Amino acid sequence: VKFAASLAAIAVALALQTTLASLVIRGTAALDLVLIVVVYLSLISGPVGGVLIGSAAGLAQDALASGIIGIGGLAKTVVGFVAGFLGTQFILTAPLSRFVVFFITTLLHAAIFMGLYTLLEVRHFDSPWGPMMSQAVGNGFLGVVGAQLVELLPGLRDRRKARRPARP
Amino acid sequence: MGGPGCHVVAARSGRGTPPTRGCRARGPAMARPYCSLNMATVQLSQRPLLVLAGAVVLHVILISAQVSTTAGIPFIQVVTFGIFSEVQRGTMTGVDSARSLWTGYVDLRDAQAENEKLKRELQSLQVRLQEERAQAQRAENFRQLLELRERAGVETVASEIIAGPADPEFRNMTIDKGSLDGVARDMAVLSPAGIVGRVILSSPRAARVQMLIDRNAAAGAMIERTRVQGLVVGQSATLRMDYVPGTADVKQGDLVVTSGIDKIYPKGFLIGSVESLSRGAGSFHEITVRPSVDFSRLEEVLVVTTPPPAITAQQIANEAEAIAAQQRRQAQVAQNGTPSNASPRNASPQGTAPRAVPPAAPPSRNATPPANATPCAPGPGAEPL
Repeated sequence: VKFAASLAAIAVALALQTTLASLVIRGTAALDLVLIVVVYLSLISGPVGGVLIGSAAGLAQDALASGIIGIGGLAKTVVGFVAGFLGTQFILTAPLSRFVVFFITTLLHAAIFMGLYTLLEVRHFDSPWGPMMSQAVGNGFLGVVGAQLVELLPGLRDRRKARRPARP
Repeated sequence: MGGPGCHVVAARSGRGTPPTRGCRARGPAMARPYCSLNMATVQLSQRPLLVLAGAVVLHVILISAQVSTTAGIPFIQVVTFGIFSEVQRGTMTGVDSARSLWTGYVDLRDAQAENEKLKRELQSLQVRLQEERAQAQRAENFRQLLELRERAGVETVASEIIAGPADPEFRNMTIDKGSLDGVARDMAVLSPAGIVGRVILSSPRAARVQMLIDRNAAAGAMIERTRVQGLVVGQSATLRMDYVPGTADVKQGDLVVTSGIDKIYPKGFLIGSVESLSRGAGSFHEITVRPSVDFSRLEEVLVVTTPPPAITAQQIANEAEAIAAQQRRQAQVAQNGTPSNASPRNASPQGTAPRAVPPAAPPSRNATPPANATPCAPGPGAEPL
């Protein structure tokens, strides 16, 4: 059930990513929603789950993109592993710590992704530091907000249930 | 969150029981595969690095399958080919090493037999080569003998040496021609290099030849350059020229030829060359002559079957006059210290080379040498011819 929910979350993230891509301004502040989902799910499922989730999400994203299938998957696999490892080693429930994790994993993902493309001489990236940093910051904020929302939703539902008057 | 697998399974079951209990609850038929799957999951969950490595490898393979090199070849093919080429190289290296080792062993086994075979072939070829060389040498000897026969102007019989000396002290040899071939005693024996000796014993089909280097052999000789006469006597290895006056013009390296005075050897044939000379105790030179003939390598010789031409009375008179003039000149030199003529050859009345012929009749072969050292007979230490 948890794995299916994770796949559903990835599918939603992919759908949002593809629909919100038009909102990205010149591509400089692109947000990677799939990456945010992968990092969050890895934090709560551990390194093995992170590897599996990252691989699935990355491959799916690569399949929908026009690049080489596997590069994004490899990058998200590593990111999932790192996030899962950090989640098992540290208590990462505070917003700031989560922001740092999102920030770092985004940079790690960009480094692997761009590095592999550059290494294979398939794509050239001109001055990638600006987009990388902006994406890392954006992913951090969005990841923190999204994680808080996701974790608040079950409690909100329970509280609503608790406020309802009991039927006679 | 990422706990051990058994805990996860137990938590998911919601019963708080260990996985093994849950497995038992499902019944014995389903228990084993389910438990095995659960155990594998648990083991993989406990090894995240292994999972990561597997995922990375799969992604790399997937990426490599899509990436092409600059040559247009898929990257995975290049990598696979590179890896397998190294494997093939290593395999081939091992196979080559084993093959070379085996072939080396087989070759080593065959090498001995081949070596023996080659040795036999080499020996056979060496024998054939020696035969060829011997035949070539014999042909060369015959050619020289033929030339000598034509040059000598005398009747000769070619013969082959069939035996050497029976005693090292006696320098003689046996030839394959005898009285049936016209070979008789006191006939001169020649070789292309010069005088060999004389026949001392003749049988119908063989003859014994006394070499000139034998201690009992002697021959009338003269210095070719100055025509000074003397007597050559054998010394077993070299020759000694006796009865050459101390005032005679003799130099080292002068050629010594037969004078013909002995009635055995024809005149003008080479005997040897002056190897060394010194003033003896008396009034004669002590001259050592190196034979021109290598007696150790003789194979074929010519036997002169015709005697030397008889010396006419006029020739004897001329020779006597020449000798007398030479003796007068030598006496004058002994008294005044300066010769009247530079060369004895110029003192010849006819302007020809003087011949050391005794003033009297030609000496017999066994005659005793006169006191004035006329070389008509062997000197001391040498038996008469």
